[in-house]
Amino acid sequence: MLENIFNLISEHILGPAVGLLVPAGYASNALYTLEVLVKISAILLPLLFCVAYLTYAERKIIGYIQCRLGPNRVGFFGFRLWGLGQPIADVVKLIFKEIIIPAGANKRLFVIAPILAMAPSLAAWAVIPFDETLVLADINAGLLYILALTSLAVYGVIIAGWASNSKYAFLGAMRSAAQIVSYEIAMGFALVCVLIAAGSLNLGRITEAQSGSILHWYWLPLLPIFLVYFISGVAETNRAPFDVAEGESELVAGFHVEYGGMAFSIFFMAEYANMVLISVLTAVLFCGGWLSPFQGMPFLGDQPFLSEPNIAWLLIKTSVFLFMFLWFRATFPRYRYDQIMRLGWKVFLPITIIWIVVVSGMVVAGVGPWFN
Amino acid sequence: MPEIRNMTMNFGPQHPAAHGVLRLVLEMDGEVIERADPHIGLLHRATEKLAESKPYNQSIGYMDRLDYVSMMCNEHAYVLAIEKLLGITPPVRARYIRVMFDEITRVLNHLMWLGAHGLDIGAMSMFLYCFREREDLMDCYEAVSGTRMHATYYRPGGVYRDLPAEMPRYQETSNRSRAEVKKLNEKRQGSLLDFIAAFVERFPGCIDEYETLLTDNRIWKQRTVGIGVVPPERAIELGFTGPMLRGSGVEWDLRRKQPYEVYDQLDFAIPVGVNGDCYDRYLVRVEEMRQSTAIISQCVDWLRDNPGPVIIDDHKLVPPQRETMKDDMESLIHHFKLFTEGYCVPEGEVYAAVEHPKGEFGIYLVSDGANKPYRLKVRAPGFVHLSSLDEMVQGHMLADVVAMIGTQDIVFGEIDR
Repeated sequence: MLENIFNLISEHILGPAVGLLVPAGYASNALYTLEVLVKISAILLPLLFCVAYLTYAERKIIGYIQCRLGPNRVGFFGFRLWGLGQPIADVVKLIFKEIIIPAGANKRLFVIAPILAMAPSLAAWAVIPFDETLVLADINAGLLYILALTSLAVYGVIIAGWASNSKYAFLGAMRSAAQIVSYEIAMGFALVCVLIAAGSLNLGRITEAQSGSILHWYWLPLLPIFLVYFISGVAETNRAPFDVAEGESELVAGFHVEYGGMAFSIFFMAEYANMVLISVLTAVLFCGGWLSPFQGMPFLGDQPFLSEPNIAWLLIKTSVFLFMFLWFRATFPRYRYDQIMRLGWKVFLPITIIWIVVVSGMVVAGVGPWFN
Repeated sequence: MPEIRNMTMNFGPQHPAAHGVLRLVLEMDGEVIERADPHIGLLHRATEKLAESKPYNQSIGYMDRLDYVSMMCNEHAYVLAIEKLLGITPPVRARYIRVMFDEITRVLNHLMWLGAHGLDIGAMSMFLYCFREREDLMDCYEAVSGTRMHATYYRPGGVYRDLPAEMPRYQETSNRSRAEVKKLNEKRQGSLLDFIAAFVERFPGCIDEYETLLTDNRIWKQRTVGIGVVPPERAIELGFTGPMLRGSGVEWDLRRKQPYEVYDQLDFAIPVGVNGDCYDRYLVRVEEMRQSTAIISQCVDWLRDNPGPVIIDDHKLVPPQRETMKDDMESLIHHFKLFTEGYCVPEGEVYAAVEHPKGEFGIYLVSDGANKPYRLKVRAPGFVHLSSLDEMVQGHMLADVVAMIGTQDIVFGEIDR
């Protein structure tokens, strides 16, 4: 259905527009560029909407966990609507706030940092498959691309901490750098396991390799890796209980302590976009992406609607993982910085290395039902 | 080559974990603390000097504001000191009421501490759960004194008034539907004692819930076990009292060692720690909440069976009933004298201490025979604990400083006074 809409847009709006504005020789290139831009916005606009409402969901869910109501005042047109207008009100407020650049700060880096934090978390969506065909860039090195971009995100944090010229921000940046580097390794090895299991770096191919039933998904043969990957993902996004880089009770706000207004909110959005990204990746890599959990089941699997692959399954799975993020935040105390390091190097890294051997063995031996 | 120096960092007074207005100057080698220099005085309100300037009774309200999360215990030490100088003993019912409210205050304080400590270490839901229960205890304060925090309820010679026979109830408003009000008022149908009894019944279950979240939580244990260890000998040398001392394994509790009021007739245990680290102090305080609940329950039973006066019948110290003033000359004179001049206290000096939730809270009072103290000195447990912070945090990391401030249960009202 989405393809049809896109084709209609391409045919009736973009085509004529290009025809009018661009010389004939460049028309096909211009059309291609325009089409890609439309596709990008078709991914990013819903994503930013999700990010905005993820903040609302977080406040609401954690509110209910803590016996409070959460935001419930700001609505639309005089109706309260359970506070659904809150994210928009927040954005408007932040846009109108002054961005203060501290006197001792390195101005250029100070401004670049939030952009550097935000860009990779958006760019990574290029290779995320929403469906067999719905993917912006169906490249073979998708997993490598993801790994490269998620590693880039740390530069935003480090540069922010450095450019702020504040001790709290600096400590936060140092912590974050060490933490992300350590967890990057565990995460990298976890991805290697998936790569060995699926025999492909293409995310769409990885999902298809999991088809069969809920037991064919990689969470089962790669169970320790699944847990390591998701926990590393939580650590990578600087979320509780690994939020030492911005640990409120220690570093006030850590690396973004000097940022205000929209500059702060870009860091904030980057964090939430990263959460969505990690959740979607976990769903794609370990939980069969768009595949139906009822596929191959005795009774429910026969229902055409329930067993068919659908983008909705991906969204549901992603939401479940996002909920876990929020749940963790409401439940766990914060790790200390050195304890996070210990967990990364002494627990996760050995687990992933051992499991690479185990998975390789399983693949070579053709252990069913996953690898035959 | 430039000289490599340690980083000096200003921690507070505007810091989420500063517990009010603590300012720490930290000298850090990377994340590791080399030296912590607590600066105090940002909440100094000259309570001791103010007390010298007004009649005895008018300072009771200032005592509430010392340690503003354990209000009535502060009052208690103050009225005990005055009573000692005057040589009076309040009626036994008043003493039971005081003990009951001391223990309610202890639970209030420990709940606040548990929530804030949890929040410092990152377990933020704890804070809200603790405040849910605190709310009920605040209502007890309100029922008996009219205010939720600064009660000014204890008086030399007893307590201001008897426990109310009816618990105040919520009213229906535009934001509070009838169903909600009904649910809120469910436990408030009877007297204050019924309300407290219901709380006492429910509260151990709540403590179990807190413990489910924290006691066996691996992260919580990693953050608290072995952090800020104070050996028992050192704890005594540093002048620790209360849970800080008991956490180190010294069984010292004024309620047992120098019983005041009716503590010698009540059945309760004194929990002590083993290792003297943050985790043991956490366990001690949680167990103290359970013991306090038991004490409250015993007091409720006694108070139900034994009605009687709650303040001595000496109108040289205690104002007469309002009604008697209307047609009794002598009562009018007493009333006038008490509310203008107050009462005079015989010459002498006295030290009275109570087992405050944070430790030994003492009042040293010097009287020259006038209607106001010649000198009042507050012995605040938090001050002593804070002065050991430097020693406790050395070699620990920045995140542990926050845990240590939490475990000391610091409230600046009493430290700065």
